[in-house]
Amino acid sequence: MELSFFQLLAEPGLIHFLIVGAILFSLGLMAVLSKRNAIMVLMGVELILNSANINFIAFGRFTELSLDGHMIGLFVIIIAAAEAAVALAIVLNIYNRFKSINLDDISLMKG
Amino acid sequence: MFTQLSITILLLPLLGFLLLIFFGKRLPRQGDWLASGLILISLLLSLYLLITKVTSHSAEVFTMTFSWAVVGSLNVEFGILIDNLAAVMLVVATLISTLVHFFSIGYMKEDVRYSRYFAYLGFFSFSMLGIVITDNLLLMYVFWELVGLSSYLLIGHWYEKKSASNAANKAFIVNRIGDFGMFIGIMILFATFSTFTFESIFDSIGSGQLPFGSHGWLTAAGILIFCGAVGKSAQFPLHVWLPDAMEGPTPVSALIHAATMVAAGVYMVARVFPMLTADALLVIAYIGAITALIAATIAITQFDIKKVLAYSTISQLGYMIMALGVGAYTAGFMHLVTHAAFKAGLFLGSGSVIYAMHKVLHAQNDHHTDAQDIRNMGGLKSKMPFTYWTFLIFTLAISGIPFTSGFLSKDEILAGSFAFSTLNGHWLLPVIGFAVAGLTAFYMFRLLILTFHGKPSDESRIAGITESPKVMTIPLMILASLSLFFFYSFNPFGAASGWFFGAIERPMSMVPEILQPATAAVFNEALHGIHTTAMILSILIAAGGILLAFAVYQWKKISADKLAEKAGFLYKGAYNKWYFDEMYDKVFVGGLLLLTRIMKWFDENIIDGIVNGSASVMKGISNISGWFDNNVVDGLVNATATSADRAGSMLSKIQTGKIQTYLVYVVFSFLALFVLFM
Amino acid sequence: MELQILGIGILTWLVFLPIVGMLVVLLLPDKNRNAIRWTAAIATGAQVVIAGIIFALFDRTQLGINEAESFQFVEQFSWITVDAVPWVGRIEISYFMGIDGLSILMVILTALIGFIGVISSWNIDKMVKGYFALYLLLVTSMMGVFVSLDFFLFFIFWEAMLLPMYFLIGIWGGPRREYAAIKFFLYTFVGGILMLLTMLALYFSVAYTDPATGQSVHTFNILHMMNPANYIEGSLLAGIDTTWRYVAWMALFINFAIKIPLFPFHTWLPDAHVEAPTPISVILAGVLLKLGAYGILRLNFPIFPDATLYFVYFMAALGMISIIYGALCAMAQDDFKKLIAYSSISHMGIVVIGIAALNTQGMVGGVLQMFNHGIITAVLFLAVGVLYDRTHTRGLYDFGGIANQMPKYTGIAMVGMFAALGLPGLNGFVSELFSFLGAFEAYKWIAIVSVTGIIITAGYILWTIQRIFLGETPEKLHDLKDLTAREIMMFVPLLILIILLGVYPSPAIELMNTSLSHLVEFVTMGGS
Repeated sequence: MELSFFQLLAEPGLIHFLIVGAILFSLGLMAVLSKRNAIMVLMGVELILNSANINFIAFGRFTELSLDGHMIGLFVIIIAAAEAAVALAIVLNIYNRFKSINLDDISLMKG
Repeated sequence: MFTQLSITILLLPLLGFLLLIFFGKRLPRQGDWLASGLILISLLLSLYLLITKVTSHSAEVFTMTFSWAVVGSLNVEFGILIDNLAAVMLVVATLISTLVHFFSIGYMKEDVRYSRYFAYLGFFSFSMLGIVITDNLLLMYVFWELVGLSSYLLIGHWYEKKSASNAANKAFIVNRIGDFGMFIGIMILFATFSTFTFESIFDSIGSGQLPFGSHGWLTAAGILIFCGAVGKSAQFPLHVWLPDAMEGPTPVSALIHAATMVAAGVYMVARVFPMLTADALLVIAYIGAITALIAATIAITQFDIKKVLAYSTISQLGYMIMALGVGAYTAGFMHLVTHAAFKAGLFLGSGSVIYAMHKVLHAQNDHHTDAQDIRNMGGLKSKMPFTYWTFLIFTLAISGIPFTSGFLSKDEILAGSFAFSTLNGHWLLPVIGFAVAGLTAFYMFRLLILTFHGKPSDESRIAGITESPKVMTIPLMILASLSLFFFYSFNPFGAASGWFFGAIERPMSMVPEILQPATAAVFNEALHGIHTTAMILSILIAAGGILLAFAVYQWKKISADKLAEKAGFLYKGAYNKWYFDEMYDKVFVGGLLLLTRIMKWFDENIIDGIVNGSASVMKGISNISGWFDNNVVDGLVNATATSADRAGSMLSKIQTGKIQTYLVYVVFSFLALFVLFM
Repeated sequence: MELQILGIGILTWLVFLPIVGMLVVLLLPDKNRNAIRWTAAIATGAQVVIAGIIFALFDRTQLGINEAESFQFVEQFSWITVDAVPWVGRIEISYFMGIDGLSILMVILTALIGFIGVISSWNIDKMVKGYFALYLLLVTSMMGVFVSLDFFLFFIFWEAMLLPMYFLIGIWGGPRREYAAIKFFLYTFVGGILMLLTMLALYFSVAYTDPATGQSVHTFNILHMMNPANYIEGSLLAGIDTTWRYVAWMALFINFAIKIPLFPFHTWLPDAHVEAPTPISVILAGVLLKLGAYGILRLNFPIFPDATLYFVYFMAALGMISIIYGALCAMAQDDFKKLIAYSSISHMGIVVIGIAALNTQGMVGGVLQMFNHGIITAVLFLAVGVLYDRTHTRGLYDFGGIANQMPKYTGIAMVGMFAALGLPGLNGFVSELFSFLGAFEAYKWIAIVSVTGIIITAGYILWTIQRIFLGETPEKLHDLKDLTAREIMMFVPLLILIILLGVYPSPAIELMNTSLSHLVEFVTMGGS
């Protein structure tokens, strides 16, 4: 029996979580691509990571993945924390060098 | 025993050479006593050998061989052969050598290379004795060249003089030309008989084996081997070196260029006599006769005392060769022996004169007058009595006056040539023979008179002349006594009855019968018939020559200058030695030098030209290919590079350096791929 | 016979000792010149000792030439073997060395000249380290050629010679050294290519059946190439008297004729000699030229007996031309060294007519002449070097009257010159004698014309003696110094050999007599 899209929406389950994750991912990507401030870009990255987390947890809940999903979720949170630390350090260095964290100003690699 | 003895005789002078060449300067008196003593021992041993050999083992031949080298299956043997011929020659060589050694002690006293001189004399004696005692052609050739070397070294003893070193070179090279013929002769014999030994060669020929199976090659081999003698014994046409060789010290001229080495050619012809065909012997006889005549005519006109003697030597050698050629074997060899004594004497006598003249001229600080020119001499008779009287005896001997040794041998030669002509009609040979006898008497007495008789051209010049020291005059006296008849035959008018003719007999000819010369028996019969006639004729002719010489030079009845004028071109030709030197210089030396220059040019321009030309062609081709490489191949490469560069700079536009732009590319590319593949 | 030292065959020691020396030289500091010289001297000196041992132990009755079991001091290991190549079968290149009567004299000569060359190199000051390293490499490769019995090995040593020679002439040579070095290099290189082609043709034509496995094996073994049974049916060089065999003979011959050098391939020699430093001239004339004649005897004659018989008259004629032509050119030279270079051409011509006679006398004479000429020209070039060191000129007209200033030198040089002139009692005569005797038996007229060469030789040698040693001494030569002890030392062994072999040549002749008789028989029978 084929369920229509709206039928799927009617019953709360995996698909809702995935939709939330996808929206969150899109927002994060939007932030990464369009924000000029490096900090804002980093925040976009965090959004993307968390959208992935939502997906992992949802798969863990609704499929055979079970606890593995939660495990990976936790793992991602830890990695994200480490990543944020490193990235902020880089941003600080960039600021020291360019006196700006505006990404448009940082274009040394221009061909 | 004889063979060991002869080896000792051979090696003593070599020992002297080695000691003197290495230690000569450190020995007391520079070692002249050592060299002279060693050669004296050799002389005594040879005398002993000769006397025992002739008295008790006369007909026996002693040989000894040892293997020198084994090549393939061929054993090259060297050996020693002592027969009467060798025994006599040993004494001749050692005797003259000893006397010359002693004479040199006086003559060379102040020479800068005194010990070197004696060393070379020793080396010469060694190689000369080697020629005498060897039993094979190869070893003879070896010593043959070694005497050539010692002659070269001694002629060039005063090598600071250009003329001396030139003469040395000339002697060696002219001899080499003769040796070239001899070498080819040896090769012909060896190619057929595979041996160098005289005896084996004669035996093979006797058994009917011929070189390459033809009579012609046998004759050719004989003539070619004779070429060696033509060189060494200064026969026409290779006689030109001997007069120049007089550049060497005079005792050397006496030893090498008068008595021994130049006689080696005669000795060699005597050795190979059994293998010479009648044709070869005829060639030999004519060469000898021509040489005798040419040299005698030149001798008349020369003024250098040594040059006169040199040409007289050539002339006498021609006699010996002619004698062998006509079959007067013993007479020819006997003339070698007698000539050795009186010609060595003549040279030493002239050495004594030159020595005295030199001393006087040196004392007078006169460096222009030629000490060897007989026009500067005259009247020396009273100043140098010993020299004069011995010189007179030698002159009588060479002129063939009875009671001298020269008469005995020369008479036999003339009779022999006469007998030969009665056998086969070659009348030119005895005519030349007798004519030369007259010429010899004339020019020798001319020399004697101009040097010792009459008045000197400049009285003051010779006033201070004194007799040479004893060490020089005693050898002269010994040689003078050896120029008398009784050493050779007790009958002054017949050599044939003496011991010499008994000891030395003409060997049997080994060549096939149709090629043989008249046998000894036939020849002797012919000789018997004309002997007395020949003897009387020869005495008359010699006396005529002497009278003429006295008439011209002593009594001045006939003017020498007018005589020369009358003779016209004959005199001019003889005075200029018949232009042999000039002709050889122009034709052979000039031709050779031209040839060498052409070859050099050819080598540098044609052959190297081809090499360098092909190198240039290669260079040209490589230039073209280089251009191609630079422009076409490299052009393609560069074009590729340029287009890559252009493309790169175009593409680099999208490299904004802004990380977000890249991310946009990533996202959109990803989306594109997603759409494409899903 | 086999002989090993420390488990390594004596021939390997002989060949590679100089390489060991070279490595030591390379490790030594640049400044320590004497240590470098002594290393070279010790390496080559040890070679002389080994050559002496070989001379003493050599069995004079063994045949050699084409019989593997009668070679002596043999060392044979397979070196490069590739099994089962499609179409071809097994490929085999072996490290195969041995000595027979043909090579032993050359081995002794190489050792001796190599050592004497080091002594005469003592006063070379320019880049000592590089010089001696190259020198030792050169000695190794020359020695290698003489003992190799595998064509591939032979070729490697042959080509390895080229490199050090090129640099030794090109760096340490005279003013026109680049030209000379390039000329030498190109000439020999062209020859090398011809030899390479012949080698490959032979390789593909020859295969022997390995008795152990029954496999058909392609091989570079020279001895297998001499056996007609080993030629593959229908291959390029199979058969007798085929065009290809003639072509192959000719290709090899040209290579060797360049080295000898025979007219008209000789023009590299005068230039190389004139520009090369003295010790290299000595090596060049003393050993290198012999490689050519040796190659003809080792390869051309026994591998292509049919072609040899076909071409031998031509070869003798070339030898005759070389004798006369070289002598005439020598006479026209003003440069002492050039004169000796041309005289070498003339004297090597005697080698060629001797071996072309194809009889034992000629062959023995020819090989002995190789040895004798090596020694004589070594003396002559050393003599030129001595004069050049003192006066910095080689022009014959610049000298005169040296006999008074340098009596010892004059005596020594005169012995060398008279040996070159072929004076009996010195070694040159013996070998010329046997060469001419042999040649005369085979080709009467060629031999007779060749013998005229001895007259011309006498002419130019005596003229040279006159211009250098005799006459008045010019002012500028008044303070010439006579030989030093070192210089005398390098002459003495050579002079001893010159006189010894001139008086009694048997020790040298009996070394090679058996082998060369066998070679003559082998070639004249057409290789069976």
